[in-house]
Amino acid sequence: MFSVRELTRPGLEQTSFELLAGECVVVAGPSGAGKTLLLRALADLDPSAGRVSLDGVERGTFSGPEWRRRVCYVPAESGWWTDRVSDHFGGQGGGAAPLLERLLLPAGALGWEVPRLSTGERQRLALARALLRGPRVLLLDEPTSGLDDAARLAAEDLVRERLAAGASALWVTHDEAQARRLARRRLWVEGGRVTEQGA
Amino acid sequence: MNAVQLDIADLSLAALLVLVNAALSLAFALGLERRMLLATARMVVQLLLVGAVLKALFAAVSPLWTGVAALAMVLFAGREVMARQERRLKGVWAYGLGTSSMLLAAVLVTVFALSTQVRPDPWYDPRYALPLLGMILGNTMTGVSLGLHALSSGLHTRRTAVEAQIALGATRWQATRPVARAALLSALMPIINAMAATGLVSLPGMMTGQILAGADPAQAVRYQMLIMFLIAGGTTLGALAAVLGGVLRLTDARHRLRLDRLRAPRSG
Repeated sequence: MFSVRELTRPGLEQTSFELLAGECVVVAGPSGAGKTLLLRALADLDPSAGRVSLDGVERGTFSGPEWRRRVCYVPAESGWWTDRVSDHFGGQGGGAAPLLERLLLPAGALGWEVPRLSTGERQRLALARALLRGPRVLLLDEPTSGLDDAARLAAEDLVRERLAAGASALWVTHDEAQARRLARRRLWVEGGRVTEQGA
Repeated sequence: MNAVQLDIADLSLAALLVLVNAALSLAFALGLERRMLLATARMVVQLLLVGAVLKALFAAVSPLWTGVAALAMVLFAGREVMARQERRLKGVWAYGLGTSSMLLAAVLVTVFALSTQVRPDPWYDPRYALPLLGMILGNTMTGVSLGLHALSSGLHTRRTAVEAQIALGATRWQATRPVARAALLSALMPIINAMAATGLVSLPGMMTGQILAGADPAQAVRYQMLIMFLIAGGTTLGALAAVLGGVLRLTDARHRLRLDRLRAPRSG
């Protein structure tokens, strides 16, 4: 279980909620309301106050990198540190092929050059490289906003599989139909305030 | 030494060239004449003052006053490093990081040279210590300021790429490595270029000065080599300290990128 108690940071009012193993919770709200700030604080990418724990173990027990290997943030705008796609999959390039196939990308995509990727290809590759590391909690910031229907559904299916295997996800989306497909609970963020809404 | 002595008339004749420059600026409406004359006046006053101070320091041969002069040089260099940063660190770090890196590198290398190669008696003899420190410091200052500038602007422009690695579990050292490497390259390029071109493209000022002052060219060349080795060592050490210190300051113990510790560049 992923537990958030009295989390606060500049731009975000104090919030508490829980995420069960296997559960996906949608994060919604107007643009600039604080959804990304929330996800970044949970991934420990920005300083925040409060208690965040995974399966009862406090975040402070882990080093920053150890925490982020377990609680992985996939930003809306993905970053690439070299020009070759394969470099971003580390030594696990071989394990990436089935994931790419599930995301309707050819196995040869690993040989592509980053500057020539389309928005949709970037999003799917960014999702794949995060999933490849097997995180317990996925913090997904509009991961399918640039995808066509088929690729969007393929990405959702892939994440659902991870949920079935015990992972949890927070999924930011502005797509109401997608929100209904993915989750029964949602967090509504507006003006830096987080409120929980049931289905 | 059988150096040709320079008198006021010789210097005045050479200064005529600056007046010619000012006249050209007026003729072509460049608007540079005032700045040119002011810069010349500053240079003359500063050099006369330095000459007087050095004369007094050389006469005193005091460890205290030599130390004070060395510290003043490092502090001025620190101010220069800070002034050259487009995106400075906030607070005391803007001045402190560059200054402490230079202090570490320039003092270590100067003391090393004084105690093992030049070996004046006493080892801190200001006639040797201050010119050596000045030359090492001048170059280390360039390296440190280029390195810090490249680091802060590199982390700023490559923020998304650095954070992508951090978000996937990389340490701060892994994530900032390409930017830190580019910063070190930028810091060391001037001294590498200078060493490669010395003697072929340019005759270094110190060596030329020594030869003009009547020294044996072979001895002047040896001194120049020594200086280049020391400058290379000082620049590398200073730039390494500044860039590693910069990475430590622009990240934190949780391995987060902390660009909030940089000040936005001044507009205009």
